[in-house]
Amino acid sequence: MTTADHAASNPLPGVSTTKFAFWLFLASEVLFFAGLISAYVLMRIVSPSWPDVSELLNIPLVAANTSILLVSSVTMVYALASIEAGDQSKLRRFLIATAVLGTIFVSIQAVEWVQLIGEGVSVSNNVFGSTFYVLTGFHGLHVLIGILFLFLTVYRAFRGRYTRTEHGGVELMGLYWHFVDIVWIFLFTIIYLV
Amino acid sequence: MSEQSQATVPKPRYLAVFAGLAVLTAVEVGLVFTGAAQSVQVVLLIALAFSKATLVALYYMHLKFEGPLIRIIAAVPILLLLLVIMIPIFDVWIFG
Repeated sequence: MTTADHAASNPLPGVSTTKFAFWLFLASEVLFFAGLISAYVLMRIVSPSWPDVSELLNIPLVAANTSILLVSSVTMVYALASIEAGDQSKLRRFLIATAVLGTIFVSIQAVEWVQLIGEGVSVSNNVFGSTFYVLTGFHGLHVLIGILFLFLTVYRAFRGRYTRTEHGGVELMGLYWHFVDIVWIFLFTIIYLV
Repeated sequence: MSEQSQATVPKPRYLAVFAGLAVLTAVEVGLVFTGAAQSVQVVLLIALAFSKATLVALYYMHLKFEGPLIRIIAAVPILLLLLVIMIPIFDVWIFG
């Protein structure tokens, strides 16, 4: 089927079916995290004791880490803008920068986990630990998956698979990465600040 | 795919959006150390988080430039998210 045939048979005029499906996937991901966030909030409300997170958690460090993830969203959106302008070199550089920033983010999160475990906060010894590790763990897993796909996208970019007119993979990669960023925006607020 | 969706998208000022996100994050962190009432902090922090998420969705995910179908797909789970979080909270408040 040619591109023209595909466009003619598209039941969603003006919207690519791939992007439509990806947005549906992201919608399901929102509900996945909704369940986890709901559990965290509920446990915090009903739990008779809850640690003072401002003392237990390193908020300045996590705020800096949040900024790193926000910067990675900027590099990701510039990667897409670069290939839309047909600039292969900038595409590769911004994708690599995004992957590196994502790796720094999960590395700092791993350091935070090690510190917390060292202070006796485990997934099994209190409700805070259980909900904290599950929420940040699933988000970290999403970031890790994103990093893997980023490196795959970098590989494909070096193979010249993306062009000014055909760069759907970069666009979907960006949507996923920004979604992970948005989830962290809420987790940072709910876990570390509220 | 992208030739249908991105070719005519105007380029927003991505760095300006990032500056807004950085300022909002700084305000969030600063708010925690102001000593304001807990209830006021919670409301403001949630509002700031939604503002940041909206900026990312509108400009970095290009939702501002998408058609109504994609916007609906993005909006519906947000409403469900609020329900999933608020219903248990109301349940605790009302029934203890």
